[in-house]
Amino acid sequence: MSVDIGGRPSEAKVVFYNDPRIRSLFFQLLLLGLIVALFWFAYDNTVANLRKRNIAQGFAFWDVEAGFDISQTLISYSAASSYGRAFWVGLLNTMLVSLVSIFFATILGVIIGILRLSRNWLVAKLATVYVEIFRNVPLLLILYFWYRGVLGLLPEPRDSIKLPADIFLNTRGLLMPKPVFAEAFVYPLIAFVSTVILGAVLFWWARRVQARTGQRPKAGLFSTSMIIGLPLIVFFLSGSPLSFDVPVQGRFNASGGMTLPPEFVSLVIGLTTYTAAFIAENVRAGIIAISKGQTEAAQALGLSHGQTIRLVIMPQALRVIVPLLNSEYLSLTKNSSLGVSIGYPDLVNVFTGTVLNQTGQAVEMVSVTMLVYLTLSLLTSAFMNWFNRRVALVER
Amino acid sequence: MKKLIAAAVVAAASVGLVTAASAGTLDNVKAKGQVVCGANPGTAGFGVPDQKGNWTGLDVDYCRAIAAAIFNDPTKVKFVPLSSKDRFTALASGEVDVLIRNSTWTMSRETTLGIIWAGVNFYDGQGFMVNKKLNVKSAKELNGASICVQQGTTTELNLADYFRSNKMDYKVVTFGTSEEALKAYDSGRCDSYTTDRSGLAADRLSMAKPDDHIILPEVISKEPLGPVVRQGDDQWLNLVKWVHYALLTTEELGINSKNIDEKVKAEDPEVKRVLGTEGKFGESLGLSNAWVVQIVKGVGNYEELFERNVGPNTPLQLARSSNALWSKGGLQYAPPIR
Ligand SMILES: N[C@@H](CCC(=O)N[C@@H](CS)C(=O)NCC(=O)O)C(=O)O
Repeated sequence: MSVDIGGRPSEAKVVFYNDPRIRSLFFQLLLLGLIVALFWFAYDNTVANLRKRNIAQGFAFWDVEAGFDISQTLISYSAASSYGRAFWVGLLNTMLVSLVSIFFATILGVIIGILRLSRNWLVAKLATVYVEIFRNVPLLLILYFWYRGVLGLLPEPRDSIKLPADIFLNTRGLLMPKPVFAEAFVYPLIAFVSTVILGAVLFWWARRVQARTGQRPKAGLFSTSMIIGLPLIVFFLSGSPLSFDVPVQGRFNASGGMTLPPEFVSLVIGLTTYTAAFIAENVRAGIIAISKGQTEAAQALGLSHGQTIRLVIMPQALRVIVPLLNSEYLSLTKNSSLGVSIGYPDLVNVFTGTVLNQTGQAVEMVSVTMLVYLTLSLLTSAFMNWFNRRVALVER
Repeated sequence: MKKLIAAAVVAAASVGLVTAASAGTLDNVKAKGQVVCGANPGTAGFGVPDQKGNWTGLDVDYCRAIAAAIFNDPTKVKFVPLSSKDRFTALASGEVDVLIRNSTWTMSRETTLGIIWAGVNFYDGQGFMVNKKLNVKSAKELNGASICVQQGTTTELNLADYFRSNKMDYKVVTFGTSEEALKAYDSGRCDSYTTDRSGLAADRLSMAKPDDHIILPEVISKEPLGPVVRQGDDQWLNLVKWVHYALLTTEELGINSKNIDEKVKAEDPEVKRVLGTEGKFGESLGLSNAWVVQIVKGVGNYEELFERNVGPNTPLQLARSSNALWSKGGLQYAPPIR
């Protein structure tokens, strides 16, 4: 018997298999073992069955020449590149369209969410109509609407809409001059970066002075003219190291320059307008969740309606909104796979579509694709969790 | 994403169904009382359902010929519409018994997908369609053009090959279904739409103004289209293969749905073998010896199928050319039934 020192009743010695910690460890390990065995069994079974049916397997295809072309490539790619390269092209296209759409959907969603609570009856109703329409129409139809119904009505290349500065708009997209940077372009670039840093320091200094004396030194104008002016001077001094590759009308369409393809634009607009409706609802929920006393207190202090929202309501509402946004971002990323129906070469189009078909290796393609979406989801969640911790109210 | 899940399910199913599907397709079909055929979701002349769900087309009639051979009833069929990219997975996983859906016979498909071709019911090649107003007369003039294409096809690869080997530039826009690709072409997104020439003839009919479009003369690939089955079931492979040969042989012998009743009484030894009044050719396939009679009565011979679905008197207006019998200068050739 141990001596009872701290006044607690002494712990009776238990047999190890009755120790709750050891027990739970045992069962956890058992479960883990079972899951591993299950996966191994599934894997083994798949391999054996595919072999029996003469279906190719493994990842040897990764380095094989793809033999097909892709319309939008962020990294260099041609039909002579490998399937593996095609995978990265598709993945980057998925990430690009998702990030751009998330950016716009957030802005649009916040605006509409706030407008839904507007005290102007008409504005509030219009925002409600927007939300109801876009939440209730299938995304595929929305994509068809933008792609065929709106962008599809643009004129054909020979009747392009000519905008100033050699910009053309037609069914093939928005064709723009492409900047070509000469080597000397680094000098104005360095000038720009250093003036921006200087400007930031000035801003910080001005704020400190204001905090101390209540007077804010007028550094704004100086900073702005410095940030614009100095790089410009350097630019001309280093011999204007920037030229433009201008699109020129060819037999079928203008060639050269750079193009914003209608598939990308339609997908961004489609995903943005659709997801914004959901985000708007989240924003509205977040705002409503803030007690009315906060608004009244703000008004009592003499803040305007806009100021109340911006300075009092929003910072608190964000705590509610941000976790909800996370799931909207995740579904947006997954929804981007509908792009194949309007010809956007995302991961599902390129990899789970064409590559899967040329190689016939459904199991490998689908596993890799699921792994990719899982990773993208986890990354998004990790970022949003970090952001959420930043905006969380610090209780005092 | 939905497609992804579907693909995952198919992949998972292909793992689970292996024992059920690998052998004994014929017994299976007999037990089910119908042949399940993978069909084209909508290519006129080959496989297309009307509003009431009645299917027509050369490929569809091949499926009916198989049903007629087995059940003496061409209606004992079920058609499963399959898009280009889902078709082979659907076949390999056992969702359909046979795939007859303008599918090109290629080496890689046969060596990696676990499937095998039973013959060629239509010799084709890839072509280009353009709007007349572009005033393009040859595919060689397509340098710099945008081209709409459907994925999961040989078309995608031939296109890249053609432009690479001719050192021409092009922009591809790839869609999941041919309907989407065609719509985009029709709206002016692309200068040209490309697929098998038979498919072009069919797809042109579904456009708003078919007469505004022409099919360019170049044939840039070989597209032998035919029925496909799973590997590992030779009995079923033989059956599908010989149904195809029976359709050709009856044309060769001048046996058709109109004269079949007289021909059954004919004395010619070859005709007797084919129509089963002599020998046990049907039984050796696991069928009745009157299998060819059943096929011809049920759907006709190859010529009748061709004329009815894609021939000069149909909207597609395709000539027999390569698909004429070998004896008439074409490529259709059936080994002897003996
Ligand atoms: N023969 C080619 C192409 C066959 C093919 O898929 N053709 C298209 C264009 S006619 C089609 O049937 N599309 C119908 C659809 O998927 O909706 C192949 O086997 O890859």
